[in-house]
Amino acid sequence: MVGRAEPVNGSVKSGSNQSIPAAMQSPLKKSDLIPNLSLKTLKLKTKQQELLIRVSILCLVYVLAFITRLFSVLRYESMIHEFDPYFNYRTTLFLTEKGFYEFWNWFDSESWYPLGRIIGGTLYPGLMVTAAIIYWLLRFLRFAIHIREVCVLTAPFFASNTTLVAYFFGKEVWDSGAGLVAAALIAICPGYISRSVAGSYDNEGVAIFALLLTFYLFVKAVNTGSLAWALASAFGYFYMVSAWGGYVFIINLIPLYVLVLLITGRYSMRLYVAYNSMYVLGMLLAMQIRFVGFQHVQSGEHMAAMGVFFLLQVFFFLDWVKHLLSDTKLFQAFLRITVTTAIGVAAIALGVGTASGYISPWTGRFYSLLDPTYAKDHIPIIASVSEHQPTAWSSFMFDFHILLFLFPAGLYFCFKRLSDATIFIVMYGLTSMYFAGVMVRLILVATPAVCLISAIAVSATIKNLTLVARAKNKVTQTGFVRGSSSSKGSSKASLDQSQPFQRNGAIALLLGAFYLLSKYATHCTWVTSEAYSSPSIVLAARGAHGNRVIFDDYREAYFWLRKNTPPDAKVMSWWDYGYQITAMGNRTVIVDNNTWNNTHIATVGRAMSSYENEAYEIMRSLDVDYVLVVFGGVTGYSSDDINKFLWMVRIGGGVFPVIKEPDYLVNGEYRVDKGAAPKMLNCLMYKLSYYRFGELTTEYGKPPGYDRARGVEIGNKDIKLEYLEEAFTTSNWIVRIYKVKPPNNRWERCSIFTLGPHRAALPFSGNVSWLGRITTSLQTLGLDEWIYRCPKC
Amino acid sequence: MGFRFDLLLFMIALLSVPVLSDRILSKVDRRIDLTTQAVRITSTLKVENAGSDLVSEVLLAFPDDQAKHLAYLTATNNEGKGKAKSSSVSFPVDVVRPKGMPPSLTFYSVSLPKGLGKGDSLTLEVLAVFAHALQPFPERITQADIQLVVFYETAHYLSPYAVKVQSLSVKLPDARIESFSKIENTKIHGSEIKYGPYENLPPFSYSPIAVHFEANQPFAIAQQLIRGIEISHWGNVQVTEHYNLVHGGAQSKGEFSRLDYQARPHVRGASAIRHLVAKLPPRAHFIYYRDEIGNISTSKLWGDPKKTELVIEPRYPMFGGWRTAFTIGYGLPLQDFLFHSEGKRCLNISFGSPINEVVIDTLIVKVVLPEGSTDISVSAPFPVKQGQETKFSHLDVVGRSVIVLEKTNVVPEHNQHFQVYYKFSSLSMFREPLMLISGFFFLFVACIIYMHADLSISKSSPSYLAKLQWYEVQAGVPQVRNIFDRCLTAHDKLEASLRDLSRTGDVQACKASRKAVDNLLKDLSKDLKPLLVSLQSSPQAAQILPKVEELIAKERELQEKLMVKHSTVVDSYEKKLSGREIENRVALQQQKITALRQEVDDLLDFIDEI
Repeated sequence: MVGRAEPVNGSVKSGSNQSIPAAMQSPLKKSDLIPNLSLKTLKLKTKQQELLIRVSILCLVYVLAFITRLFSVLRYESMIHEFDPYFNYRTTLFLTEKGFYEFWNWFDSESWYPLGRIIGGTLYPGLMVTAAIIYWLLRFLRFAIHIREVCVLTAPFFASNTTLVAYFFGKEVWDSGAGLVAAALIAICPGYISRSVAGSYDNEGVAIFALLLTFYLFVKAVNTGSLAWALASAFGYFYMVSAWGGYVFIINLIPLYVLVLLITGRYSMRLYVAYNSMYVLGMLLAMQIRFVGFQHVQSGEHMAAMGVFFLLQVFFFLDWVKHLLSDTKLFQAFLRITVTTAIGVAAIALGVGTASGYISPWTGRFYSLLDPTYAKDHIPIIASVSEHQPTAWSSFMFDFHILLFLFPAGLYFCFKRLSDATIFIVMYGLTSMYFAGVMVRLILVATPAVCLISAIAVSATIKNLTLVARAKNKVTQTGFVRGSSSSKGSSKASLDQSQPFQRNGAIALLLGAFYLLSKYATHCTWVTSEAYSSPSIVLAARGAHGNRVIFDDYREAYFWLRKNTPPDAKVMSWWDYGYQITAMGNRTVIVDNNTWNNTHIATVGRAMSSYENEAYEIMRSLDVDYVLVVFGGVTGYSSDDINKFLWMVRIGGGVFPVIKEPDYLVNGEYRVDKGAAPKMLNCLMYKLSYYRFGELTTEYGKPPGYDRARGVEIGNKDIKLEYLEEAFTTSNWIVRIYKVKPPNNRWERCSIFTLGPHRAALPFSGNVSWLGRITTSLQTLGLDEWIYRCPKC
Repeated sequence: MGFRFDLLLFMIALLSVPVLSDRILSKVDRRIDLTTQAVRITSTLKVENAGSDLVSEVLLAFPDDQAKHLAYLTATNNEGKGKAKSSSVSFPVDVVRPKGMPPSLTFYSVSLPKGLGKGDSLTLEVLAVFAHALQPFPERITQADIQLVVFYETAHYLSPYAVKVQSLSVKLPDARIESFSKIENTKIHGSEIKYGPYENLPPFSYSPIAVHFEANQPFAIAQQLIRGIEISHWGNVQVTEHYNLVHGGAQSKGEFSRLDYQARPHVRGASAIRHLVAKLPPRAHFIYYRDEIGNISTSKLWGDPKKTELVIEPRYPMFGGWRTAFTIGYGLPLQDFLFHSEGKRCLNISFGSPINEVVIDTLIVKVVLPEGSTDISVSAPFPVKQGQETKFSHLDVVGRSVIVLEKTNVVPEHNQHFQVYYKFSSLSMFREPLMLISGFFFLFVACIIYMHADLSISKSSPSYLAKLQWYEVQAGVPQVRNIFDRCLTAHDKLEASLRDLSRTGDVQACKASRKAVDNLLKDLSKDLKPLLVSLQSSPQAAQILPKVEELIAKERELQEKLMVKHSTVVDSYEKKLSGREIENRVALQQQKITALRQEVDDLLDFIDEI
């Protein structure tokens, strides 16, 4: 602003005094107009102005980060999104109603029936406690708000806080300009917004803040060697552990970083203080979280940190001995002995620990991170989740946009100015980029690093360019002055000839940079509004007249369950909908999104992929009262249960070999039309999805029973249910709920005993009237026991 | 049918009861309206005083089974028949237990303030509204079945008085009637059944009848409705209504098929509740319709200056026995409902639900008055249970007083206005904004204090001292910078004087300005010395000091060069050399000066960054 105002003043002056050129240097004018004293105060003010500008930019970024995440609230309503957030919301509600101790000891009998789930010991409580504290604080300040509002706005609030941390981190790693750019970039980066829009009340919302905070505090601790910062970073780590399982990334990245510093000869007392105090205190704090507990010193994922901890001690010890021993030869010998012993002890400890089972091996999730193909072969339940798929290039582009190109540039700048801090950010960037490539959802972890490194690129480039532009500005101005004073400055002019070109180039590049950045902003806003702000529980589509059509079927079904089923009813559905059913339907579910028991999920998968009578046995054994399926055939909603069905088969088949995937495929092809496999056409999931669908005309000009999600006419239109009955179907058929009929009275059921009209269905006839003889005669006929449950009853 | 049998037994019991013979009903005309789920019985009674004493009350009798469903009862006197309805007077009605009356009857006494003299007669219009009086029969139906209900009444007016002439007409919603009791003088006209006239019946005559008919209108029953009415003196009355709704008709059994329902909604699902209409007051705004799990998008709103109509659809069509719960909320302009009367404020707002089809089992009205309201009193047109509680809302300290009014069996007839009187000072309105303002004020004050206070624990620790020194350095640097700025200004002045010289040729003026600048520069270098000393003494300035020293050296050099240039130019002018020659002589110096100036600027920028 100041710089822009001056030429205006100058031109005013030039009007009155022709000899002085337009772009006069400011000190000259000021000395003319303003006494010396005021010059001093003005200079001070510039400094303050800079602070003011910086603070106000930060404030704007803070606000921007918050409001850009409110699209979904404005488009839809203040509601919780997707699947996991519903569990978090339910637990938060419980926490605020019953208090912390009840929450900590909560045994939830409403999920994983009949096993139940120990909630307090199997979740990361950070998010819920955070929201509850905000809620209690606001209540204390006499703001009578609903806990739902707090939950909905927690993620945007923490995203705003993340921008502040990004600023300080950027300032620590590079300079305050880079910090500002980093804050601005991360505020609107789609990779982060995807998990932190209003309503996305998930662990990641606060975890990214905690992650970045821990890293920042640790880098600060390494830079200053201050115990206080190290302790602060330990507490940041504690918060991260309490919030998200992704803390494993921190506890492996930091040791790796320390190791790299040791190898590159950057070991210092600062590093020693920072790492040791952070690790020891962080470990003790992390063990307070019940879900982590002793895993922190026992499981394979945490061993790297411990190893580096001991390594640092050895390093320190050697350093000290070296300091005491003046003789280098003696020291060399000592070094050899110590290193050998240390490695030996470590190897033995690791071996004994692993062999005795004290150190647990790496979990499947961890393996699948290191080897992207692992999950597909060994853990179908992890592979079945779409956000666990390897990332496509397009989604990198979608989530990072220009940052993807700025990232290497930023790496270049970091390598050019190598320091402890830049090494850290480089390592963070490279490792997290690798993980982002392995799993879609880990783009989130990479986002802060990408933003920071890109910010360094942007800030350094723009700074260099403006320096060039400004410096040449001055020279040409002085040249001008001289030219007018003597009116013959030809020799000087030739000297400056290359400079205007350079300056123009710099200005052009600057404009280009601003164009790119503004493109980035446009892209981010577009992505946020179009892709990441849909709650996924309410579906919106464009109607024929351009109006917005809302499909609110999920809530319709859940609310129906909530109000019109017995309070102790058990609902069986695929695990995706478990959290939503318990939170919105308030009913007990068999399996839910906390996929802790694979066998249980496989049982449900088996029931869904069996014939109805077999499934009935399973459902009876699980006390199932209602079965809920999601069906998109009417609306063309493609993420329904039929499309997920193969995963049910795979997961079910993984535990129960009775279920074989090829039974459901025709020549390796998955079909639902006439050419589908017979087992497919008669399995429970198919029947429940398409029950009476064959009578419905979905699209003009198509035969009845035309499935719009898959674009085919279904193969089995005459579906009869024996053991289930349709209890409810939502207005767009997206959710269908079936009631499991109670077993019929035994005497009524089987015609053998009553000798009723169905007797002809039996492979024999005769006047038998008691059970023993029947069973024996059936056995002599070589029939399974279940056959005598007459299928027509 | 057991019910009817009970009544027969009870009729026999009636015969042994004394009779009040001083009053007779010369004419009774009853109309029963069965078109909605709330049964309305309008009886026109012509009471005659046949005794000799002044009669001040008339007794109305209902069987206990009926009385427990009785939701609303009024007795009015319609003087001028038909047109002059404005002159109708309503009489107070109370429950009484007269002695010697049969046990299973409930009596209501209509008090006549004026009394009824000997031989006088009076026409009473009695309106009784019953909730839950229609019983679904059969009790469980499938989706395809129609809903049938049965209604029991007596064809003869049950009264402790003798009735001379009476008649009864039953109005049904539809022409389809499954069956009805046929006794003497029964006629049927379309959807209306007429019993009577019957003449000269003794007191307590009773002749049970039953009507079994098709009723597909929704049986929406709100088991509980909580209406919250919150007054804000900033211009809004916020009404929030929490409904707990159940379909009270025949229970549905068997499958619910969406396909059938979609294909023929009026056949397969005829009795289902599809939508409800809430007639809100005019100028209602901020209307919402939601439930525990979020907004419900199936609602429509029409507004005109006379009313606002909100058509709400439950999330799913409600079949018999199905339940739902939802909340509607709306804001109303304060001036329409709040008035001043005798130094008090008076809220005048309707009691019942804006949804007319709904029968409410328990209605709780909670009027939330602004914080600081005193002298609260309520006046309701019918008896209600009153209570009081406290509610904490935004920025409340002591809480708001809440008037709780509770009433069971509420029918649309209860949709009358009630009044809440209270005292409230207008100044209290500003308490909460002031609280907010002062809150922020103190927050900022605290920030200012924090920024200015020295909170370090140890005043002698090295880090603290270092910090202090650093502050000194930070304070010193701008001063240094300032001095250099002034030096540069002086240089510019010198240059300017040279330009003036080239234009005017005034050598003297140029020399004078040279002298002034010389003095100025000398002063400045004097000023600089103490600053430099202080910088040198401080260990924290180690970073800056070399730069500052370099700067001083460069500036010196620049100054010297400038002086030389100045002298040369002035000399040349004195020697009257040509412009080109002067230019040539100065050129080399000028080049150096420019370079030096550039370096000085760079150094200054560097210092600025610190």
